[in-house]
Amino acid sequence: MTFSDFAFSPAHGDLTFGERLLHRLNLDGPLLLAVVILAFMGLAILYGASNEDAGMIYRQAIRLGLSFVVLLAVAQISPQFLRLWSPWLFALGLILLLFTLHSGHIGRGAQRWLGFGFVRFQPSEIMKIAVPMMVAWYLHEKPLPPNWKQLLPLATMIFIPVLLVAIEPDLGTALLILSAGAFSVFLAGLRWRVILLLVVALAIVTPILWHFMHAYQRERVLIFLNPQRDPLGAGYHIIQSQIAIGSGGMFGKGWLHGSQSQLDFLPESSTDFIYAVLGEQFGFIGALVVLALYGFIIARSLIIALRAQDTYSRLLGGALSMALFTYVFINSGMVSGILPVVGVPLPLVSYGGSSLVTLMAGFGVLMSIHSHRKLLAT
Amino acid sequence: MARIRIRNEWLELHQFTTRIIIVAVIGLLLLLAVATRLFYLQIINHSHYVTLAEGNRLRTEPVTPPRGLIYDRNGVLLAENQPSYELDIVPEQVPDLQATIAALSKIVDIRPQDVKQFYDLLKTKKPFQPLPLRTTLSDTEVARFAVDRQDFPGVDIRATLARYYPLGQITAHVVGYTGIISPGELANLDPAEYTNTSQVGKIGIEGSYESLLHGSMGTRQVETDAQGRVVRVVSYTPPVPGSNLYLSIDVRLQVAAEKALADYNGAVVAINPRNGEVLALVSTPTFDPNQFIGGISPNDFAKLNTSPSQPLFNRALRGQYPPGSTIKPFLALAALNYGVVNPFKDLLCPGYFYLPSNPNPYRDWKRGGHGEIDLPNAITQSCDVYFYTVALKLGIDRIHEYLTTQLGFGEPTGIDLMGERDGVVPSPEWKRKILHAPWYLGDLVIVGIGQGYLLVTPLQLADGVAAISMHGERFVPHLLHAIGNPLSGVISDTTPRTLPAVQESDPNAWKIVVQAMKNVVATWQGTAHSIGVGAQYSIAGKTGTAQVYRKRLGIFGEQDESDIPWQLRDNAVFIAFAPVDNPRIAVAVVAEHGGGGASTAAPIARKVMDAYLLRQAGGKVAVP
Repeated sequence: MTFSDFAFSPAHGDLTFGERLLHRLNLDGPLLLAVVILAFMGLAILYGASNEDAGMIYRQAIRLGLSFVVLLAVAQISPQFLRLWSPWLFALGLILLLFTLHSGHIGRGAQRWLGFGFVRFQPSEIMKIAVPMMVAWYLHEKPLPPNWKQLLPLATMIFIPVLLVAIEPDLGTALLILSAGAFSVFLAGLRWRVILLLVVALAIVTPILWHFMHAYQRERVLIFLNPQRDPLGAGYHIIQSQIAIGSGGMFGKGWLHGSQSQLDFLPESSTDFIYAVLGEQFGFIGALVVLALYGFIIARSLIIALRAQDTYSRLLGGALSMALFTYVFINSGMVSGILPVVGVPLPLVSYGGSSLVTLMAGFGVLMSIHSHRKLLAT
Repeated sequence: MARIRIRNEWLELHQFTTRIIIVAVIGLLLLLAVATRLFYLQIINHSHYVTLAEGNRLRTEPVTPPRGLIYDRNGVLLAENQPSYELDIVPEQVPDLQATIAALSKIVDIRPQDVKQFYDLLKTKKPFQPLPLRTTLSDTEVARFAVDRQDFPGVDIRATLARYYPLGQITAHVVGYTGIISPGELANLDPAEYTNTSQVGKIGIEGSYESLLHGSMGTRQVETDAQGRVVRVVSYTPPVPGSNLYLSIDVRLQVAAEKALADYNGAVVAINPRNGEVLALVSTPTFDPNQFIGGISPNDFAKLNTSPSQPLFNRALRGQYPPGSTIKPFLALAALNYGVVNPFKDLLCPGYFYLPSNPNPYRDWKRGGHGEIDLPNAITQSCDVYFYTVALKLGIDRIHEYLTTQLGFGEPTGIDLMGERDGVVPSPEWKRKILHAPWYLGDLVIVGIGQGYLLVTPLQLADGVAAISMHGERFVPHLLHAIGNPLSGVISDTTPRTLPAVQESDPNAWKIVVQAMKNVVATWQGTAHSIGVGAQYSIAGKTGTAQVYRKRLGIFGEQDESDIPWQLRDNAVFIAFAPVDNPRIAVAVVAEHGGGGASTAAPIARKVMDAYLLRQAGGKVAVP
C-alpha cells in the first residue's frame, strides 16, 4: 500500500474507520454488504429447505467462509496482473477440462469432477471466469468494436470450452460459460448486423443441436413445454415447484413451515429448487426481496464496470455482472416455470461448494476492478 | 488498402456505456418477467395452488419390520410381539401442544414421565415426524380416543407391535429387554432403519443381537387426507422381518437352577462343555423385563435400582467373586504343567503355614491339619497348606500367565452378551498400576486358596471347569444356538468357536485332577461327599468357601460362621461337571453369604445337574 492509493480520495481525512478499512482491503462497501446479507439469508433459507439439518448449514457456512477468503485474496490482485495471466488461466482450464473428460470422476452420470487428493472440483468452473478473461485479454489492445477478422478467434475461444463442458454433459454450466463469453463480445460493441446474422445462424443450428442432445436434455425441453407430459416423472419437479411457490401466497407459510418442502414433495429442495422453498416459506414478498437484492448486486457490478478505466476491466467486469444475472434469471425462471429445467444453482443460496468459489472469485475480480482505479489527470 | 483503424477512447467508452445500458434494461425486464410470474403464481393463482398443495396426498412412509422372536433351544417362546396401540403426535399439525396434551390426559392416562420423554424426543425429531406420547394403550383408552379423535388434529393412534416376555423374570438376565430409543442411542443407529421405530434392544440378547432382531425397513406409498391421515395404501414394499433367535438356554434347566438357588442372591451358570453353549444362566434376584416395555416409571425404576439386593445386576456376568478353594484344581494344573511339584509326594500339613520373616501363621481350614498329604488328596480334602506351598513354588508370574492365557481368567470370555466383567488375576504390575503398592509374598500365598486380589465371574468359573472336563479343550461360551429365517423358515445352527487347547506338559495331569475332583464327591474324605449320595451319574466337583472382603479385613477366621451377621458371611462356591467320563454339563454356582461351599452351593449344583441329566428324553416342556 503506497501513499498514492490514498491520494485519489480527495476527502481522505473525512473517511470513517469502516471506509478506510474497506479501502485498505480493496473492497467495495455496497457490493460487499449486499453479498453478505444475501449469504446469511441463504443460510436461513437452506435451514428451512434441508429439513432443519444443522450439519448441512455448518458445512455450507464453512464453504461460504472459505470462498469469502478467495474473494478477499482475488480483490488484492490488480486487474493488470489478472490480464497478464488470463491466457495462462484459460490454457490451464482447457487442459484440466480435457483431462476431466479423459479420466474424471463420474457423478450422477456425468463426468465433471476432477479429484486432487481430498479435494474435488469441476474444471468447468474455472472456465466461467477464464473465458470472459480471455476475450477481454484478446480485445484489450485492439480498437473496438471488433471487426470481422477477429470473430473467428473470438468464436474459437468461447465455443471450444462450451462444447467441452456440454459433452461432459453439463448443459447448465456450458450455458453460463457461453453467456459470459457472449456478453463480453456484445459489450465490446459487436455490430448489430453481426448479431442478427448470429441469431439467424442459431435458428438454423438449433435443429442440428437437438439432434446431438442427450435424450434427457431433450426430454427436459419437451417437459418444459408441457409439464403434464410426465406428472410423476420428470415433470414432477416443475409441478411441485410451482405448487410450492403458488401456495406460499403473499407472505408465505412461515419459516420452517413449508408443507411442500418439509414433507419432501419438492425434490432438490436444498440445491437447484431452493428458490421454490423461499417462495413457499416467505411468500411473494420474500421472493421479491431476494430478487431485488440480486438486482442490486448486478446493478452495482455494472456500475463498477462502467467506471473501469481500461478495455480489459470494462469487458471483464461487465461480462461477470451479466453472468451473475444469467445465473439468477435461469434459476428463478426455471423454478417458477418460465424456463426449462437446467441444472443451474441459485448463487449464494443453493447448497454446494464448487460454484460458490467461482462466484466469490468473480466478486473478488469486481472488487479489484473497483479499487485499483488510478486517479485520472484532469 | 486496408483501412487503418484508430483507437478512439471516447467513442469506445460511449459505445460501452450504451451497451451496458442495453443489457441492464434487458436484464431488468427479464427479472420483472420473473417477478410477474411470481405474482401470477402467488397472488392471482394462490388459492388454486393451496388446493393443490393440500391435495398433495401421496406420501412415502417407512414400514417397521416385525422384530425377530426369541426361543429357547427347545422352541419355548421367550420374547414375542403383541399388538399394541401407541398415541402419536405430529407437533407441526398441533396448534397448541401443551393444551393438547392436557386435553389428552383427560381421556388417556398420561404420566409426567411420558410428557418428559415426549419433550426429550421433540428436541431431536425430524419435521412432520410423528412422536409417541404414550405406548401400550389399553383397549378402553383406544376406544375413548377414537370417539374424540376429530378434536385432536395431528394426534393419532398407531397400531404397533410391542415386545412381551412370557417368562418374565426367569430369562430377564439372558434375554434382556427393549425400550424407547434415547437421543444418545439414536446417534449410533442408522437413521434410515429407525425412523419409524421407537424401540431398540437395550441389554441382554435383545441388545447384543439388535441388528439381527431388527430386520430392515420397508416402505409404503399412502394417500392421505388434508390432515395427513392415511386414507389408502397405494403401493407397498414389505419390510424384511428380523431373524428369529434360538438360544442355547434350556428353560427347564433355567427354572430348576433358579429354584435351586432359592432365596440366595447369587448366580448359576451351566455350560455344555462340548461346544460352549450356555444351558442356563441365572442371576438372582431378578426382575420383570415387561416393566421396561413402553418406558418404566421412575418410581419402579428407582425401586429396582436402589434395592440392596440389586436385581438389575447380572451376577453371572458382572459379579466378581473370590473363587476360594475352587481355584485349587486350576492351580494344580499349573503346578503340573510347570513341573513344580511331584503329585504323589506327600507334604506335611500341620494346620498352619509360616512364611519366613512373618511371625503370623497362614491357617488351614482344618484345625490340626491334614497330616501327610499328596496333590490329589489336597484337592479332594481342599488342603490349604498344600496350596500355599504350590502358590509359593509357582510364583505369581507363572500363576498369572497360566490362569489368564490358558484358562481365560482375568479377561472377558467373549460370550454374546454385553457388559461382561474381566475379573482380576493379580500380578505385581497390576498391583503397582491399580493400587500403587508393591507386591508382597503374602499376596501370593493367599492366591493359592483363591483369596486376596483374585476375582472371577461365575461365567469364568463355569467356562474353566468346562475346560477341565474336556481335558483342556476349550470353546467360547455363547447363547445363540441357531438363527431362524422367518421368511423361508430355514433354521441354521451356529458353529461353536473353538479356542486353543489348554497347555499341559504333564500327560497325566488331567487324569490326576479329574480323579481328585471326582473323589471330592465320591469319597467320604471329599468335601462334597454329601451330594454324591444317590447320584445316578458320576460327578466331579470342587467346593469353595470364599471370605467376603469386609470380613477379611476384620477378624481372621476365628469366629463361628453362625455368629457373623448375614451380610458378612462367606460366599459359597461350587464348580462341577458330569458325567465324569462323558461330560455333558459343567456348572458353576455362587451363593452370596451362603456359608460353606459344601453345605450350600454343592447341593444347588446337584439339583441343576439332576434336572439336566435325569430328564426323560422327549419329556414335556413344563413352564410355569
